[in-house]
Amino acid sequence: MSQEVEGQKVDARKRKFLIAATSAVGGVAVASVAVPLVMSMMPSARAKAAGAPVEVDISKVEPGMLLTVEWRGKPVWIVNRTPEMLALLSKHDAKLTDPNSDMPQQPDYCKNPTRSIKPEYLVAVGICTHLGCSPTFRREIGAADLGADWSGGFFCPCHGSTFDLAARVFKGVPAPTNLVIPPHQYLSDAKLLIGVDAKGA
Amino acid sequence: MSALQKMMGWIDDRFPLTATYKAHLSEYYAPKNFNFWYFFGSLALLVLVIQIVTGIFLTMNYKPDAALAFISVEYIMRDVEWGWLIRYMHSTGASMFFVVVYLHMFRGLMYGSYRKPRELIWIFGVLIYLVLMAEAFVGYMLPWGQMSYWGAQVIVNLFAAVPFIGEDLSIWIRGDYVISDATLNRFFAFHVIALPLVLIALVAVHLVALHEVGSNNPDGIEIKKKKDPKTGIPLDGIPFHPYYTVKDIVGVIVFLMLFSAIVFFAPAMGGYFLEAANFVPADPLKTPEHIAPLWYFTPFYAILRAVPPLFGSQFPGVVAMGLSIVFLFFLPWLDRSKVKSIRYRGPIYKAFLAAFIVSFIGLGYLGLLPSTPVATIFAQIFSVIYFLFFLLMPWYTSIDKTKPEPERVTG
Amino acid sequence: MKRLKNFLFLLAAAPVVAFAAGPTVPLDKAPINLSDQDSLQRGARMFVNYCLNCHSASVMRYSRLQDLGLTEEQIKDNLLFATEKPGEPMHVAMRHAEGKAWFGATPPDLSVIARSRGADWLYTYLRGFYRDDTRATGWNNTVFDKVGMPHVMWDLQGEMVPVYKKDGEHEVIERLELAKPGSVSLAEYDAMVGDLVNYLQWMGEPAQNQRKQLGVIVLLFLGVFFVVAYYLKKEFWKDIH
Repeated sequence: MSQEVEGQKVDARKRKFLIAATSAVGGVAVASVAVPLVMSMMPSARAKAAGAPVEVDISKVEPGMLLTVEWRGKPVWIVNRTPEMLALLSKHDAKLTDPNSDMPQQPDYCKNPTRSIKPEYLVAVGICTHLGCSPTFRREIGAADLGADWSGGFFCPCHGSTFDLAARVFKGVPAPTNLVIPPHQYLSDAKLLIGVDAKGA
Repeated sequence: MSALQKMMGWIDDRFPLTATYKAHLSEYYAPKNFNFWYFFGSLALLVLVIQIVTGIFLTMNYKPDAALAFISVEYIMRDVEWGWLIRYMHSTGASMFFVVVYLHMFRGLMYGSYRKPRELIWIFGVLIYLVLMAEAFVGYMLPWGQMSYWGAQVIVNLFAAVPFIGEDLSIWIRGDYVISDATLNRFFAFHVIALPLVLIALVAVHLVALHEVGSNNPDGIEIKKKKDPKTGIPLDGIPFHPYYTVKDIVGVIVFLMLFSAIVFFAPAMGGYFLEAANFVPADPLKTPEHIAPLWYFTPFYAILRAVPPLFGSQFPGVVAMGLSIVFLFFLPWLDRSKVKSIRYRGPIYKAFLAAFIVSFIGLGYLGLLPSTPVATIFAQIFSVIYFLFFLLMPWYTSIDKTKPEPERVTG
Repeated sequence: MKRLKNFLFLLAAAPVVAFAAGPTVPLDKAPINLSDQDSLQRGARMFVNYCLNCHSASVMRYSRLQDLGLTEEQIKDNLLFATEKPGEPMHVAMRHAEGKAWFGATPPDLSVIARSRGADWLYTYLRGFYRDDTRATGWNNTVFDKVGMPHVMWDLQGEMVPVYKKDGEHEVIERLELAKPGSVSLAEYDAMVGDLVNYLQWMGEPAQNQRKQLGVIVLLFLGVFFVVAYYLKKEFWKDIH
């Protein structure tokens, strides 16, 4: 960098320092302009309001039936599982990819054999973990198209992934993980709030 | 050879990166005597970038639909994170674009930057100005407030004053019999894609032409006439980079201070940058009490109003308004002076230029006001001066007493 | 051709119309203080109680009132109807068609009313209602002649009557006089309207306080940037001068 212009000595170190200082401040300037631009692409207040927690009355869900509600634009299933259904859940662990729910697809308070807060109520996001289709509820045991050993669960029509009644994925299907259990809590026996964990949970 | 040099070599074999850098920055020799007025070219480029970048992010949330447009702008102002900042940068940028461009054009007038061999730079520049006006006009319609609507209504109806085809022409522009959803949607298309593309292309050729002939300077003399016999570098030229890059950075920061002061403390600028009436949604059944275009159009609006209708037709006014811009294109050939810069011109040119500037600002002021008989007379006087500046130019520039130009640039 | 003529007439007439709008009433200065959270909170409560019955603020979400220091619970308990959620915008119970039938015009949305009318106009307008038996509503207004809106806060302000004075050939309103006192004094009423207008001003652009705070930081930063860049320029330009 040492050079001489028209007989004057050039202080190369000073120039280097000033270039570095200007570049640094300029870099901060560019970054702080970029932040608002990038942040403007995050969900707006309207999207957040639409994504607010959803309150559901579950007293009308008959045993063995499924209720679908919308939360953040996604289908959320609430299944009232019968004692027979619950009994079948532990019979096919060997055929499941993740029988003990080791992968973080559920809040900690649902990391249990039924993947739920109350054993009878399954609350799950009805979006296949493969490519985002919504599986269908197939409660009939031994359905013709799903094999004699089908013990009830969910079937994804897009690529044939299958899940049991605790929304756990079976081995040998395209979907890699169990269905997601959303954060939820019971406000009362009949009132379910989907979208937020219970305080202190 | 370092890895970086290797990579540069690899690229240079396939793309003239180093050559382009040298030709336009490190070995583009600009006169060393640029003054204050030479900041506005680079500032115009900066504002163009601000407008394009903020515009992209506004487009993500704006809805070009007559039923949704007004609300979507308020959605940006409230619900979108940082939306208010992006919107104010864009609205302030629109006005500041014209501030910078007007000063840039005035610089050209003062130092004869339009004269041979820079005629094409000037013509491309006037085209940029024209496209910029179109861009600002269609953009101002997008918030779909009362001023957006009625301003567009009045301006589009000017086209209807063209004899024979006018009525059909204005219907074709609107795509409807009044300004409507169809008009909004097509103006949106012009604003976000058609006109910006043209604008960027024109800016590119403006710069290519500039770098072909080299920059003018406040002395209006050609630095390429006096070159170092050994290196072939103009004696009064200095490499654009680093000297003018470091200088322009200072100019950019001062400009950004002014720009930020407006964005953060006076985004409406007392009604000059954002009009109060535009915070009322467009209502086709109710005209606002006073329609005035935004400040950067008012000189031409005043010329339009100053010309009396002929046989009940507003066409002469429209023609006058059109001519007021068309004359700019002929400036390089109207000026017969032996010198370029105002520094060596005689008193007659200086007087004419001063009268022209006063008239232009005066017209701009009158265009903001409701027209009264007195204001109309003033507007007519100013309009006549505006046109005489061009029409008499061949005469007064050839008789004017000029001072001898220096051999080398001064100060 | 007729349409064209109409518009050209309009073009020419617009400035005249502006003058025809007549003698403008001098406006009183509104006591705007956007850093006074108590005033803004009182104004928000008045807005919900008095204005929202007929007017909407369709781009203003209740939850944004948190910027005024209110908690979500307070908003839910004091300002919301039972069925609404804090994330919802301030809609109005009355349907547009009804408004048109009752007042002759749809009551305008008030989200950005302070930006189009100005705070001073609103402050004068809301204190400018007077008794006028020639009007269907029984009310008229000093800054908005023949206004369709009745005096919503008359129980607070009471009933005002005009005092006329001669101005050339016309009689003009010189001032308003209290004919029948309301539940608060005129000074208290002015303060309440002041709070309401303060709130309307804030609602016109809820980000404005944040905007000004950020502006100070940005300008300080650019000041530092200027110093650094100035010395860089000076150092390089030593070569030239």
